[in-house]
Amino acid sequence: MKPPRNQVFLERRSYRLRRLGDAARLLPVLGLVLFLLPLFWGPDASGQPRLTAWDGIYLFVVWCGLIALSVILSRRLSGGGTGAVPADADDQPAYAARRTEE
Amino acid sequence: MPFNLLVLACVLYVALLFAVAFLAERSAAMGRARWLRSPWIYTLSLSIYCTAWTFYGAVGYAARSGLEFLTIYLGPTLIFVGWWWLLRKLVRIGRQNQITSIADLISSRYGKSNLLGAMVTVIAVLAATPYIALQLQSVTQSFGVFASETPVEMGLSTAAWVAMGLALFTILFGTRKLDAREQHHGVVMAIAVEAVVKLVALLAVGAFVVWGLAGGVGPMFDQINASPMATWTLQPGRWAGLILTAAMAVVCLPRMFHVIVVENTDEAQLGPASWAFPAYLCAMSLFIVPIAVVGLNLMPAGANPDMFVLTLPLSQGQNALAMLAFLGGFSSATSMVIVETIALATMVSNHVVVPLWLRAVPARVQSGDVRRVVLLSRRLAIMGVLALGYGYYRLSGGGASLAAMGLIAFVGVAQFMPALLGGIFWRGATRSGAATGLLLGAGVWLWALFLPSFAAGAVIPDAVMAQGPFGVGWLRPQALFGIAGQDPLLHALFWSLALNTLGFCVVSILTFPSPVERMQGAIFVNIFDDDAVGPQAWVRGQADAEGLLVLAQRILGDDDALALFEGETRLQGKEGYLPDPTPEVIGRVERQLAGAIGAAAAHAMIADLTGRATVTVEDLMAMANETAAIIENQSRLEAQQSELTRTARALRDANEKLTQLSVQKDAFLSQISHELRTPMTSIRAFSEILTEGDVPQAMVQQSGRVIQDEAIRLTRLLDDLLDLSVLENGSVQLTLKTKLVSDLLDQALAVSGQSRGARALEIERDLASEQFYVQTDPDRLMQVFINLISNARKYCDAEVPRLRIQVRQRAGRVQIDFIDNGKGIPKDAQGLIFEKFARLSDQARAGGAGLGLAICREVMANLRGTVGYLPGQGGAAFRVVLPLRVAVEAA
Repeated sequence: MKPPRNQVFLERRSYRLRRLGDAARLLPVLGLVLFLLPLFWGPDASGQPRLTAWDGIYLFVVWCGLIALSVILSRRLSGGGTGAVPADADDQPAYAARRTEE
Repeated sequence: MPFNLLVLACVLYVALLFAVAFLAERSAAMGRARWLRSPWIYTLSLSIYCTAWTFYGAVGYAARSGLEFLTIYLGPTLIFVGWWWLLRKLVRIGRQNQITSIADLISSRYGKSNLLGAMVTVIAVLAATPYIALQLQSVTQSFGVFASETPVEMGLSTAAWVAMGLALFTILFGTRKLDAREQHHGVVMAIAVEAVVKLVALLAVGAFVVWGLAGGVGPMFDQINASPMATWTLQPGRWAGLILTAAMAVVCLPRMFHVIVVENTDEAQLGPASWAFPAYLCAMSLFIVPIAVVGLNLMPAGANPDMFVLTLPLSQGQNALAMLAFLGGFSSATSMVIVETIALATMVSNHVVVPLWLRAVPARVQSGDVRRVVLLSRRLAIMGVLALGYGYYRLSGGGASLAAMGLIAFVGVAQFMPALLGGIFWRGATRSGAATGLLLGAGVWLWALFLPSFAAGAVIPDAVMAQGPFGVGWLRPQALFGIAGQDPLLHALFWSLALNTLGFCVVSILTFPSPVERMQGAIFVNIFDDDAVGPQAWVRGQADAEGLLVLAQRILGDDDALALFEGETRLQGKEGYLPDPTPEVIGRVERQLAGAIGAAAAHAMIADLTGRATVTVEDLMAMANETAAIIENQSRLEAQQSELTRTARALRDANEKLTQLSVQKDAFLSQISHELRTPMTSIRAFSEILTEGDVPQAMVQQSGRVIQDEAIRLTRLLDDLLDLSVLENGSVQLTLKTKLVSDLLDQALAVSGQSRGARALEIERDLASEQFYVQTDPDRLMQVFINLISNARKYCDAEVPRLRIQVRQRAGRVQIDFIDNGKGIPKDAQGLIFEKFARLSDQARAGGAGLGLAICREVMANLRGTVGYLPGQGGAAFRVVLPLRVAVEAA
């Protein structure tokens, strides 16, 4: 008999890998929020427009931070064996649940 | 610098690229291409995202709009750091379905639809023209920078020369062969080299500007703050809109899709690329602002900021650096044009030419070399695309800023995004929905952005721009629906994507997909479910293996086709080249063909061969029925198996019980022998004394009494045993009568209190609750009561023994609890007390054989009731449960 697809409990490593996958999915959201942050700055209190140099430094720092996080995540995600990442049951909960019932 | 030297450098550089591409092709062909699969080569090939627009145009963009130029690189960064979400799925789908282009992906997903493939191709070609024109313009301008002494007339012909040279290179390396998997190792290697060249060149110019001209990082900051670029205005709409556009374009641009998905040789390449590509973009953008600032300071007013990368080193006499920068720019432009035209040519040949040819030549399957048609059409398409780009360059006047031209292309290809995302994440997306969305989006893009981008009045007359077509004001290209005054780019972006998405979703919801669409939709959306293998489209198709082989040979070439068929034959465990044409074989052959000519065309050709137009609803139903039958069979087997397991468990239990019973029976026999022997021994001893005679009268009397007592005990024991066996056999005769419960208890208490030397026992009753009738055998029931009451009397070890009797009536059954206030029965003995000869205390005190409770249990069973120990009541507690009336049945 086939083991049920949608296991509630996973061994520790698979669980970590899935959460890493979640983190990898959330990373662009974080990046988008940080990149859109300048929208709220507007001209500063004294009515002066934004300074190119400082805004540039902010954007490049965020950019490098994203790259660094991505290095860590992609190393971890593919370090655990590329093919070994468990198929994302989360992607298709309804489908998986139906399979389990059979 | 002499113009001829420049041309020589270009020719030498192209020759070097040729050599690199050639070597890579050769080592790939010899199977030594392991290093070609490294993620770094992959990442470098992705850098064709950075075209001449980045190399030259970004500086101009920065000089005009400040930091806004960064949006073009921030969007792709988000897509790549989010690779786990989108790119991973795209690459997996592309690899499993042998996708050859973005048009192929969309056509394949929506039921291998040729219509969609052709639509995407047309939009992509249109969108590519300003982009290719941009590259030609930048190369022409860069030539112009060096050769300012040559007449301007030279410029136009320069663009033409460049276009022709690029067409030649692309044809030579991009369409030499028709690959089963549309991959070009040589081209990839060449553009990887070019990626390094342009990065090094831009960084070198940047380093020269910061440390050579500005005097270090600190002074550079001062210079930025003192320059006209010190401040910038962030336009919120453009900032967010351009990040979004660039994010979509990096996936949807035909050349980006080609290098990300089609040229991907290993999914593991994506992980490192997810950070290395953003890092590349970051490095490319690092020195843009310094170059722009220093350029604005040093160059004469009115100099084209798009060319600062070149003119700055040149004006400082750094000819070698300028040459490097020139080659960098040349690399950026050429690599983009090469890959873009390859990708577009594949799309044109697979989705326009081959379908038309299949329709136009009736004897398509029997004759004609498909390979030649495909390759020829690709070569022509490459020339055609470059000619279109050149035409756009001439028409637009060559004066627009590079970034503005690029953005037109970005918005154009962004129209693919709703159909693409919907296709891989939403099973409900349909072909009609995708077609509607593409039509609306592309229409708005053409009308509001593409056509107006030509020189004023060239395509759209000024009157239409001002008043709308035929005077319809709300259709004015830059003020759709009467909303005027917006940034034209943002205006077109918003309306095209909004209408595109709306049309896509609404029509998808309203229409019903065809069977092939639903099948493909399920495969694409559930690509990560390993056991979600899509149903075979050819389940009932009839194909002749030889015909299939002939077809494959004409598309894949003799060697590849024979190798494929030999492999299939061996898989079936046979010899030779002709496998049995099972649905699996046909499906795999179709996938191989799809890798060469696209899914739609391959599907059509196989359908023609098998004599079936396409998969029908009936096919799917039949398949579903078969599957259902299999599942049903399986579940029946599983049910039988669990039934068997249950039976086996029951048998095992029964066996255990039997063994236990046998042990019990032995114990019972030895126990009963023991019980009979004890009184017998005393009877024998005393009767011997009596027979000896000459015994004192008192002794005779005493002996006689002992003999009598023991005989009574024996009789009682035998009575009990008889009683028990009658009860156990169930052959007891019940005398049913209707009695008041309180009467029964009164009598029982009276009888049990009669015996000699009975200890005092306080009785606690609630008489009111006992006033109802039961129909039962009163004598038998009384026997149980008496037993329980005397047990309490005998065994309750409290100072003042007290017995509480509780009567309750519930759901047609009577519950009578006998609870005393003694120590109760230890837990481990609770299971034993109802067994025969079970006695907890010593025999003398019990004065019985230990059959009382066993008899009680049997009596209650005969009365259709139960008696059991009730734990947790503070003392020994027994619960008797019996029905209000015993059903009269033959006992």
